[in-house]
Amino acid sequence: MELTGAQIVVQSLKDEGVELVFGYPGGAALHIYDAFYSQEDVRHILVRHEQAATHAADGYARATGKPGVVLVTSGPGVTNAVTGIATAFMDSIPMVILTGQVPTHLIGDDAFQEVDTVGITRPCVKHNFLVRDVKDLAATIKKAFFIASSGRPGPVVVDIPKDVTAHTTDYSYPKDVRIRSYAPVHKAHSKQISRAASLLLRAQRPIVYTGGGVVLSGAAKQLTTLVERLGHPCTNTLMGLGALASDHPKFLGMLGMHGTYEANMAMYECDVMLAVGARFDDRVTGDLKKFSPNAKIIHIDIDPASIGKNVSVEVPIVGDAGAALEQLLEALEQTSVEQDTESLAQWWAQIDAWRGRDSLGYDSSDEVIKPQFVVQKLHEVTLGDAYVTSDVGQHQMWAAQYYGFNKPRRWINSGGLGTMGFGLPSAMGVQLAHPEAAVACVTGEASIIMCIQELSTCKQYDLPIKIINLNNRYMGMVRQWQEFFYDRRYSHSYMDSLPDFVELASSFGHTGLRIEKPSDVEGALRDAFAKKDQLFFLDFVTDQTENVYPMIAAGAGHNEMVLKPLPDGSAPAERELA
Amino acid sequence: MRRIISILVENEPGALSRIAGLFSARGYNIESLTVAPTDDDSLSRMTIVTHGSEQIIEQITKQLNKLIDVVRLLDLTEGRHIERELMLLKVAAEGGAREEIKRLVDIFRGRIIDVDGETYTIELTGPGDKLDAFLGAMPAADILEVVRSGVSGIARGERSLRL
Repeated sequence: MELTGAQIVVQSLKDEGVELVFGYPGGAALHIYDAFYSQEDVRHILVRHEQAATHAADGYARATGKPGVVLVTSGPGVTNAVTGIATAFMDSIPMVILTGQVPTHLIGDDAFQEVDTVGITRPCVKHNFLVRDVKDLAATIKKAFFIASSGRPGPVVVDIPKDVTAHTTDYSYPKDVRIRSYAPVHKAHSKQISRAASLLLRAQRPIVYTGGGVVLSGAAKQLTTLVERLGHPCTNTLMGLGALASDHPKFLGMLGMHGTYEANMAMYECDVMLAVGARFDDRVTGDLKKFSPNAKIIHIDIDPASIGKNVSVEVPIVGDAGAALEQLLEALEQTSVEQDTESLAQWWAQIDAWRGRDSLGYDSSDEVIKPQFVVQKLHEVTLGDAYVTSDVGQHQMWAAQYYGFNKPRRWINSGGLGTMGFGLPSAMGVQLAHPEAAVACVTGEASIIMCIQELSTCKQYDLPIKIINLNNRYMGMVRQWQEFFYDRRYSHSYMDSLPDFVELASSFGHTGLRIEKPSDVEGALRDAFAKKDQLFFLDFVTDQTENVYPMIAAGAGHNEMVLKPLPDGSAPAERELA
Repeated sequence: MRRIISILVENEPGALSRIAGLFSARGYNIESLTVAPTDDDSLSRMTIVTHGSEQIIEQITKQLNKLIDVVRLLDLTEGRHIERELMLLKVAAEGGAREEIKRLVDIFRGRIIDVDGETYTIELTGPGDKLDAFLGAMPAADILEVVRSGVSGIARGERSLRL
């Protein structure tokens, strides 16, 4: 079948099983857009800014596990998309980004809307391609999907010059793909698995620490089985929330900079650590010199380069998280090593004492809306079953701490890159993937402005997202750091002119509500979620002075947490760090 | 610790920049980097000389292996190996110095490959430290120009880097 390059792009997406493409047209991509016009198999979602296309595809991928697909034009189309590509790269999200390029004979001439797409995106993609010959187009797209979604997933860019989309060739979509230099490991080494099994059974103060890799691998079930089989405490990273249900008795909450007291103390005091699909990020470890000083570490990861990168590891295990955990469960059945149950019981007694500090407790108020309270009510109203996206800052931490995720793929946030503007467009991707589901975008008044134009996309496609704006009139996390570390010099963390969000939402054709009293919080949430066909912009006017606790300052250790201040205002450090 | 890492990469545009970009983005050292096609024209071979702690070197090899264009990798310094580098240099050679320089070139088993009234052009191959030693022995004032190819290397015996 003889097709043009543009038709090949669309046909390849169809043959790949792609249902949604997020994009924005422009000169170099016009042939491809023309091919989209005359078909209905692959649905194109027109965003309002290319950054949003990438975040929406990313949200779709996080919520479904399938690769997200983006189509943008050359030049500014690409540079606008870079933030979203880098966001996906940092969190290992499978995406394929198709970019228009100037015709091959103009490449390198500083042509109109030309950038070196392959060069600009190289450091923030898993791989990228420039297709110079239409004969290579279908095979390259196939490779892109394979690379994006196998091994440690990530974004792959396919740059397609305009003339290539006009040229014709015989089309057939490859059934499979082999790349001689790329063969990700799936199964783990059995000898390492049995070493890990006996180390875990002999452990006196064990902890299971898991990250986004467990979610990406679909290994939540295996993780839960393992935690129950061993009876070990388990903590999740920001990216790993939902892998073990938040209401599971063995769950200690999130760890790291704003993790719970019990999770961080258990990390510090543990003697054996099982890390799965986590990468010992600086926001998790704090000061590496003070990191888990007595721990023997078992590290399961699909990416060999993640193992031993920041901390030295006793038992390195390269493999898919789900496969490795299953092997580990089998090994636990077969071993004759007895578990040290007495030590484990003592360890749990210690952990329960740490839990007793109630590090997520906060002072409730009848006067002013506490942001934590809004998130807790959100959980109640949605029965803990919503997809929650977020932007970046205090509201992100409160959503992570207080929503209580009981399933994987429900918590969707930019963990690695920390991209403000992620929340709303990623919620669009989630809502399009799951039209019937409750989707909440927990955001702040600073973040939401960064991609506010997408309210227009939401209107066009009738996306009934509920925007939970925790509006404290500050860039809250910046303000918090300025309060703690810059002697309350609030440099440029306050915006003098904010829009009226209710009017703003309504000008885009949505419903906006301002909520100023704690007693109105639940009612507003119930009203919004009851309207399954409408986007609601809930502008919660929250306590301006609230800080995210607990906190480990940058450069401190897990045992040096700052807990919330006492009601008498005495410094938290003096109280807790005796 | 100085390491010589040999890699086979897909002979495609951009492969070199991926590798150079990896080193600069992650702050790894590159002492020298050489690249040329091999007998298999789908592959290029690169030799990278770098240094770093054992942990850094492990990261470098893992990160290189992660690049899709990298087909095979061998750390030559892990076993017996031969390293060679080519140096061309132009030196001022006038009067009595001409004999002196020629003797020095002979001692180092180099060759004078071009001559005019005032200069010699010299070719010298060997491990990097031999070339360093030669440069050390030459009066600095006489050296007009130095071109070094960077290190190429190959493992001794049965160990080899191929598909």
